[in-house]
Amino acid sequence: MSSTFQIDFSAAHKPVIVGIDLGTTNSLVAFMDLTGPKVIPGPEGERLVPSIVSVRQDGEVVAGNPARQLLIEQPDRTVYSVKRLMGKGVSDIGEELRLFPFRIAEGSESVVRLQLGDRTFTPPEISAHVLRQLKQNAEAYLGRPVTQAVITVPAYFNDAQRQATKDAGRIAGLEVLRLVNEPTAASLAYGLDKRKDGVIAVYDLGGGTFDISILRLHEGIFEVLATNGDTHLGGDDIDNRLIQIALEDIQSEWGEDIGKNREAVQLLRRAVIQAKEELSFVPVTKIELEYQGKAYRRELTRDLFEKLIADIVERTLGPCRDCLRDAGLSPEQIDEVVLVGGSTRIPLVQKAVETLFKARPHTELNPDEVVALGAAVQAGILAGDVQDKLLLDVTPLSLGIETMGGVVSKLIHRNSTIPASATEIFTTGVDGQRNVLIHVVQGERELAKDCRSLARFDLKDIEPMPAGMARIEVRFLIDANGILNVSARDLRTGKEQSVDVKPSYGLTDEQVEAMILESYEKAEEDIRERQAREARVEADTIMNALEKAKQNDAWLELTDEERRTIDEALNRLLMVYHSDDHLLIRQSIEHLNNVTMKLAENMMNSAVSNALKGTKL
Amino acid sequence: MEGTRCWQCGQPTAGALFCPSCNHLQQPTSDYYKFFGLPQKLNLDPGDLQKRFYSLSRQLHPDRFTRSTPTERQYSLEATAILNDGYRVLRDPVSRAEYVLRQRGFDVGEQRSKDVPPELLEEVFELNMALEELKVGDESAREQLEESRARFRSMRDEVDSQLQQLFVRYDESADQDSANAILQEIRGVLNRRRYIRNLVDQVERELAA
Repeated sequence: MSSTFQIDFSAAHKPVIVGIDLGTTNSLVAFMDLTGPKVIPGPEGERLVPSIVSVRQDGEVVAGNPARQLLIEQPDRTVYSVKRLMGKGVSDIGEELRLFPFRIAEGSESVVRLQLGDRTFTPPEISAHVLRQLKQNAEAYLGRPVTQAVITVPAYFNDAQRQATKDAGRIAGLEVLRLVNEPTAASLAYGLDKRKDGVIAVYDLGGGTFDISILRLHEGIFEVLATNGDTHLGGDDIDNRLIQIALEDIQSEWGEDIGKNREAVQLLRRAVIQAKEELSFVPVTKIELEYQGKAYRRELTRDLFEKLIADIVERTLGPCRDCLRDAGLSPEQIDEVVLVGGSTRIPLVQKAVETLFKARPHTELNPDEVVALGAAVQAGILAGDVQDKLLLDVTPLSLGIETMGGVVSKLIHRNSTIPASATEIFTTGVDGQRNVLIHVVQGERELAKDCRSLARFDLKDIEPMPAGMARIEVRFLIDANGILNVSARDLRTGKEQSVDVKPSYGLTDEQVEAMILESYEKAEEDIRERQAREARVEADTIMNALEKAKQNDAWLELTDEERRTIDEALNRLLMVYHSDDHLLIRQSIEHLNNVTMKLAENMMNSAVSNALKGTKL
Repeated sequence: MEGTRCWQCGQPTAGALFCPSCNHLQQPTSDYYKFFGLPQKLNLDPGDLQKRFYSLSRQLHPDRFTRSTPTERQYSLEATAILNDGYRVLRDPVSRAEYVLRQRGFDVGEQRSKDVPPELLEEVFELNMALEELKVGDESAREQLEESRARFRSMRDEVDSQLQQLFVRYDESADQDSANAILQEIRGVLNRRRYIRNLVDQVERELAA
């Protein structure tokens, strides 16, 4: 093979870093090979791994295509679109619950817990199962362990959503070296920097989120000028619109509301998604559903479809205009437009983008894959393999602290290039005060209650002194992942000031650690369980064969002693059959195999002699 | 900075970002001008500043230090934050002047709305009247507001050119005392400018509504 002559010595020493697009609907893993970024296929050659996780009746957790199959069979043990719940509290997801069949477990406030069968999962744990599937696919394909990754997130994700994504990586056994914004990743994949310097707009309409980013390209530097978006807008909204209409149709045609029937709704969801996708290529199609002997069939033209979704498409244009304004640019100044996300296949979306930016959008790369490919390029940058490119991204939301009267004092403004920092000096208000509590929020509104609460930081163990004398400098630093880091220093002593962090939404570090441990144990349990099951299948095969052999003359040709030995071996196998130790089962199988050797020989001989007899006749 | 030694090899660094002996990244200075290698001038060439920003980004960004030691990774994060913060402050003439004022010990607080610069009192009074009229539906006030907007905008332009002249004088000032006197003047002009900008914003908001 020619590959023997092309040993990549650098690759042998350096661990591979993969790029992962953890999407609302589908996820992908890609890596950088010598020719460029490549999507890594799964064992069946599939490039997209559905972001679906299901808990089977036997308790095993499956992700991807196997889980997709179970979505219809056991909708109450299966979860999809979990990205919409990342970094959310229970009070945030009322709307979500109306549209998706999620069952929320009791006792979750700052973190949503989903009930699947008799187990509960947080959204990062669900995502970790998808990530683990991608990790396995990559390891099988590359033939070496994969422990480091770049994962993409919507540009408009807040701190808690980013942290939740990073937690998911950790739980899956991946060191997340960088979170990259999806539109920025897409621009990297397009390699537009090779052509010329200029300004590009990336319009990213995915399954559940919408992002718009405007970047300036300058000699390989991708500098994001502004970003905007809506973390609650995407193809799911289009699907739900069509489902709603179909449900009303069915109600009037069949005289029954199947909206409460999860299985029926899942079938209908599949049907409308198929119709939606077809309408990107043909002018007319049908929504078809067959359920419990009844059939629903409705013709849908592209014209009507476009009327139905016009307001959803229109909702993306507001953030686009805001983004242009924040970048200080007019539409004419945009040189190139890039489309990302499956929903940009819809002709109406392409038309709207072209009209707004007055530029024909790029569609050369598969909109489903372009983000993962970009993540792989960023992985290449981190690995030092790609040296001519550099991403300079921004924070999508302003960071502030709550001051007197609940008013927000902004410290780091949105669209600031990250890493970015700000320092504030805090003091005490009462004599002998030992603690100062700082409430950090994210958002553009004036009042803290209208912004997203990020965390409360407790400056602890302040030396007691008269009010106003303490001087504690707090540094707020948003890192290259868009995640906030806080450190504090006592200005009088110069010593590090201890800070306690209570995140408003999401998991504490201890909780994530516990989940990592549990996932290792569970993963081991899962593997042991699978091995035992496989051994039992083998045992079944040999026991069935023995059953048949006992009907054969060859059985009678054995001595009593030989027959007793075989029966003893069979009993031994039956005794360990239900053990979860696959080695024990396999030992007994092997033993039975050995003692039935002569029986098998006898059977073979008689078969051969029978066959020979046959030829003589 | 000049007396500092490399944390890695102990050789003197002469304040450089990277140790001249072993090339390890050093703890960065937090002075924006020093960081960009620029003298503390109020007039800066935006093109030159951008070039320095890009070049420093290429050298310092955390992407370049993924496989480095934790110390260097931390320094890279801090240095890039200072680089980005500094670029934001220095590329805008107003925030740049405010930064220099603060560095020189001047207090640059947000002006209270009550403190109307005396020469603007009459203008502001008329403006408030017009705003009130527009609110109760008197469309004839719109014309007056448009006039106000034009006047405030020309005032802002005037203030900007005034600032520009002061910047030149500051950059050419021979000694600390005269420089401080000019900074004092700049501080006054900046307050006036902030007030006028708020007025322009207010009028524009009302006209757009």
